[in-house]
Amino acid sequence: MSSNNDNHDKFSGTRRRLLQGMAALPLLSTTSLFSGSAFAQAPATSAVNTTGLAVTDTEVTVGILHSVTGTMAISETGSVQAEKLAIEQINASGGVLGRKIKFIQEDGASDWPTFAEKAKKLLVNDKVAAIMGCWTSASRKAVLPVVEQYNGMLYYPTFYEGLEQSKNVIYTGQEATQQILAGLDWVQKEKGGKTFYLIGSDYIWPRTSMKIARKHIEGHLKDSSVVGEEYFPLGHTQFNSVINKIKLKKPDVIYAAVVGGSNVAFYKQLKAAGIDLSKQTLLTISVTEDEIDGIGGENIAGAYSCMKYFQSLDNPNNKEFVAAFKKMWGEKTVIGDVTQAAYLGPWLWKMTVEKAGSFDIDKIAEASAGIEFTKAPEGYVKIHPNHHLWSKTRVGQAQLDGQFKVVFETANLIEPDPFPKGYQ
Amino acid sequence: MFSDYSLAELGSIFVMQGFAGLILFSVFVLMALGLAIIFGQMGVINMAHGEFMILGAYVTYFTSQFFLNYLPGLFGIYFFIAMILAFIAAGALGMAVEWLMIRRLYKRPLDTLLATWGLSLILQQIYRSVFGPREVGVELPGWMMGSLPVTDSIEMQINGLFVMGLTICITIAVALLMYRSNWGIQVRAVVQNRIMAGAVGINTEKVDRYTFGLGCGIAGVAGSAFTMIGSTGPTSGQLYIVDTFLVVVFGGAQSLLGTIASAFTISQAQSTLEFFLSGSMAKVLTLLGVVIILMLRPQGLFVIKVRR
Repeated sequence: MSSNNDNHDKFSGTRRRLLQGMAALPLLSTTSLFSGSAFAQAPATSAVNTTGLAVTDTEVTVGILHSVTGTMAISETGSVQAEKLAIEQINASGGVLGRKIKFIQEDGASDWPTFAEKAKKLLVNDKVAAIMGCWTSASRKAVLPVVEQYNGMLYYPTFYEGLEQSKNVIYTGQEATQQILAGLDWVQKEKGGKTFYLIGSDYIWPRTSMKIARKHIEGHLKDSSVVGEEYFPLGHTQFNSVINKIKLKKPDVIYAAVVGGSNVAFYKQLKAAGIDLSKQTLLTISVTEDEIDGIGGENIAGAYSCMKYFQSLDNPNNKEFVAAFKKMWGEKTVIGDVTQAAYLGPWLWKMTVEKAGSFDIDKIAEASAGIEFTKAPEGYVKIHPNHHLWSKTRVGQAQLDGQFKVVFETANLIEPDPFPKGYQ
Repeated sequence: MFSDYSLAELGSIFVMQGFAGLILFSVFVLMALGLAIIFGQMGVINMAHGEFMILGAYVTYFTSQFFLNYLPGLFGIYFFIAMILAFIAAGALGMAVEWLMIRRLYKRPLDTLLATWGLSLILQQIYRSVFGPREVGVELPGWMMGSLPVTDSIEMQINGLFVMGLTICITIAVALLMYRSNWGIQVRAVVQNRIMAGAVGINTEKVDRYTFGLGCGIAGVAGSAFTMIGSTGPTSGQLYIVDTFLVVVFGGAQSLLGTIASAFTISQAQSTLEFFLSGSMAKVLTLLGVVIILMLRPQGLFVIKVRR
């Protein structure tokens, strides 16, 4: 709460300090001072916006900050599309506190310092009420000090390695334990997996995830062991040697977190090497429908992927969402896990603003805990006081047409645990 | 690590591992050949090499789509047509680039480096704007997928064999072109002494343009072949560029033989190390080895004496 952003100080200093002080107290606990408070109905701008954000009587401005150029554009395009769809739908249903959402889109250009600079521009020059953005952990780590310093609100969509929590960020994707543990339990129980071969790209997310996976396999699953663990530089395209090693070790389960262009090469070469994924169990945490577009359904059919969302989920919310998404972005677009999580961002923000009765960042940070979204395509989600989402974990099996068939879902929502004890 | 396995199992793994090394060798030669021609014969460092490869990959993708939609009966052989089209498309773009940009920069080699790097960024963004930022999946005909069982435990990847065959054909074709044809004599004459070659009536500008086009065309064919083993997206070319430069520089810039020898050394080192160590470590050690050898022998493995 040390962020004293005097640069937008158009209002009385005392009042600001008072509000910040009030907001600071309950942040530590889960009780909300402001929920159900007096100003719930579309009130005057001066009442809902005391910190000089870009809110007028008819409009509120938010920022979208993703890479639409550079290497990451492949992945981030879907998130931009989902966020625009959510904003359009919110506007069609009356906006936020009676105000239409206007968005300013900035391009992070797959370059982490650019992300930080654009975040600062959005917060300081445009005074946006929230930022929907970032994708890689590196970009989030670059933006984090900026949103904390200038007291902004970031809705971050990607599943990630955990070990982070901030007043100024809502994590709409899963943190590592949510994604990993249930999937491993499932593969051991259903597929009888006892020996695991871990293989990932060489950077923070796969390494942290594999660390958690290894601890879980060795500490919590009965008579299971890790027979190999390997990392490859990002962009590595030759996997024949490791495939031979896998053939030699004959693991029950290949557990994969290979990303980007390497991902495509990995599955194409597995297929070429005669490893039949309908016989060899492969569980991945890095392949969504988006990735299959590049890999090709015929190269990955049979593999299992552990996510919280698949496009093929059979529920009314999702059917509506998929139809709306395809109507806006074309029949051929596919929707992956992160795209859906990005879609949640604007909606969660809208509901939080309405609960808080204010656009003020401190009040939103405060009011976030306990926000429920019953119309989420993945089903019901709820924001935990640690600013991550309660969500289910699902396992899908890749099909020839590039979609997943859901073969397992956890019975209950899984509690987000960004600092898991015993897994670090 | 081998105590738990029978001799037969180990034998077949070593055979397959040797084969994996040969595939890597072919991949390296194929990707480096185009660059080696351009760098070796013209002294131009083409940083956009990867983007020419990806142009070939996109051509392959569109050819496959065309055959799927209009000529499904001939889908089995589309890949050969795609490779020819990839050669033509990448070669034509290469000649256009040479005419518009490179020929103005022959006397400023460092500027060509910067200009071709800029070109690579421009091409990436063009691919992204025209073909979309997402990766595309190139569907292969059934006979090119999977592997050929040689014995019960030894399997050979069909696409690996295909790349090896292709590499051999292209290498022989290039060698014949450079050392047995009239045009090759002209190219080598220009490399050895540009002014003298011009004086005896060789159109050096034309030779330059065709050499550059040939190099880019081969990059296009390589890109087309790599759709079998890698990804096709606007920035996929970047995946190959580092290894490509490594092979060319290590081999000694002016020599075809050097490129082949260096591809062999690096691929065998990398594939063997990868088998015994982890992936990242293997890469580190390979690079370290290359750096040490280049420190002792800065000109690379093989050098042709050229009058400057």
